[in-house]
Amino acid sequence: MIAGIADLWENVRVALDGLVVNKMRSALTMLGVIIGVGAVIALMSIGEGAQASITEEIISIGTNLLFVSPGAFESGPVRGAAGSATSLTYDDAEAIADPRNVPDAALVAPEFSQNTQVIFGDANVNVPVLGTTDEYLRAYDLEVGSGRFIEEKDVDKRANVAVLGYQTAQDLFGGFDPIGQKIKVALSGENGGRVSVVVVGVLEEKGDSMMGSADDAVFVPITTAQTKLFEGRNALGQPIVTSVNVVAASEDQSEAVMDQIDALLRRRHDLDPDEDADFSVMSQADMLTMMTTVTDILTIFLGAVAGISLLVGGIGIMNIMLVSVTERTREIGIRKAVGARKADILMQFLMEAVVLSLLGGLLGILLGVGLAQLVSLTGLLESLVTLNSVLLAVGFSFAIGLFFGIYPANQAARMNPIEALRYE
Amino acid sequence: MVEEKTSMIEIENVTKVYQMGEVQVHALRGVSLEIEQGEWVAIMGPSGSGKSTLMHVIGCLDTPTSGMYRLDGVEVGGMEDNQLAAIRNQQIGFVFQTFNLLSRTSALKQVMLPLQYTRDGQRVPLAERARRAREALDMVGLSDRMDHQPTELSGGQQQRVAIARALVNGPPIIMADEPTGNLDSKAGDEVMEILHRLHEERGITVVMVTHDEEIGAQAERIVRLLDGLIVDGVGK
Repeated sequence: MIAGIADLWENVRVALDGLVVNKMRSALTMLGVIIGVGAVIALMSIGEGAQASITEEIISIGTNLLFVSPGAFESGPVRGAAGSATSLTYDDAEAIADPRNVPDAALVAPEFSQNTQVIFGDANVNVPVLGTTDEYLRAYDLEVGSGRFIEEKDVDKRANVAVLGYQTAQDLFGGFDPIGQKIKVALSGENGGRVSVVVVGVLEEKGDSMMGSADDAVFVPITTAQTKLFEGRNALGQPIVTSVNVVAASEDQSEAVMDQIDALLRRRHDLDPDEDADFSVMSQADMLTMMTTVTDILTIFLGAVAGISLLVGGIGIMNIMLVSVTERTREIGIRKAVGARKADILMQFLMEAVVLSLLGGLLGILLGVGLAQLVSLTGLLESLVTLNSVLLAVGFSFAIGLFFGIYPANQAARMNPIEALRYE
Repeated sequence: MVEEKTSMIEIENVTKVYQMGEVQVHALRGVSLEIEQGEWVAIMGPSGSGKSTLMHVIGCLDTPTSGMYRLDGVEVGGMEDNQLAAIRNQQIGFVFQTFNLLSRTSALKQVMLPLQYTRDGQRVPLAERARRAREALDMVGLSDRMDHQPTELSGGQQQRVAIARALVNGPPIIMADEPTGNLDSKAGDEVMEILHRLHEERGITVVMVTHDEEIGAQAERIVRLLDGLIVDGVGK
């Protein structure tokens, strides 16, 4: 064991000697690996960073929040985007809110929302106008900064009132108090036109979230959104919702709530148990899985692109090692004449390749970490250097040194000592 | 023949045939030669006479096509590459016409090189290698040039580094291939003087290839080759 380590160290020492003799060439050869590994680390860090920030966001929303949304609109072979169907009605939402149907739900906030233009004086913004009920505030853990949120009476009366998200209030009103001011909401549909609503409240700043920020939104009573602002009815004239936000009484009860909603809506929509549902119930865990699948693919893709540059770096090593073996033919002859065995020569050149690529790998890690930090500093993208990506890069550069080093090293080891000594 | 001396090198009817493309080159056509321990033999002959090939066979850099070669009583013919490498490492020190030093490497490291490949059960510790290399450089009078690279040394000094490298492992035999061929007469004399000293003080067997009659005359015996056959000096 000790002899083995001593042997290994001996080989590394000889390899280092060989590399130091040719500093410039060694540095240039390493450059390919440095760039390759640097790219792997930097790009994977960006992928991992995206994933981490998404995961963190979803967890911050709370894992007992569920979404019920209408299924994809389907007519024969034509399939619309998920949520495009009108299959989820306001009555469905009321049924979900009934504790007799879904006993484990703590809060139910139906939602009918659409993006549109909101105008005050010269200022205008394009934001989601979100029709909902009072429960939305608690479902998303939002705080009212001034005034009040949508209340039950507003929903009942289809009142023309609005609550502004923090950023929207800033954008429309700048410094001064929006409470009591009238803003105009551009109507959907071909006719256009605008409806005035009175601002009754402004929310506290909340920060970004995956579902769009509550800071950039205008909240109105759901009934107002369905009837006065947008076309919120299906072919039968029933008011519809774009989603229902449900909060389970506890995290453990999320599964039960999902099952209860599923059973309820299947019953209400006359669906057989084996039929495809025209709605979907998703938990935060489901969203997390969906999003991480996307970012996983992103990470793998970025890693693969960087991996190719690492491969090119490896070919560079092989190229230089082959040149080096030819150039050092005489040295190989001398070494053999004084007693080097085939294995000694093989090890020497293999070690040079491995040391080159590993050294390049280590410098590449520094470069990659530096690049990742730089990307983070710009604030455009998050980046996260994980141990996995570092280990992957080190392992990969070691393997590349071994793989691309074995052929030149074997060429060197096989040389005939007499011919090698005569080589000019 | 001197009775108390034992045979260091015994060669019987050795041939060596090279395949050069379509043509077979008979470099050695049946050579028999005996060299005793502590002897100094010069192998001489015109170019193409097979003296280099004989030198390579004796030096275990090459194996004979047929015939018998015993080195210090051990048959070398059937040995594997690794065993031959061990013999080159322990039993034989080479000195070449063109010095054959590693480029951009200090004299000390040049001389330490053979010890790097010595495996007497265990590797020679680094400190021990340096100590023995210094000793060998001291022996050839280069104690003050240990950190110099070949480009910083004269031809004579380079050849003396090569001699230090050849003797660092204490081999019984030194093979010198035209050791003065690339040197002026003064440097050549210095090199020959060192070889004489090694031969006399340490009893090292010296086998020297040369075509310089004056240099050859310094040996105890001259073996002359012509067209792959020994024509003179088979034994004493």
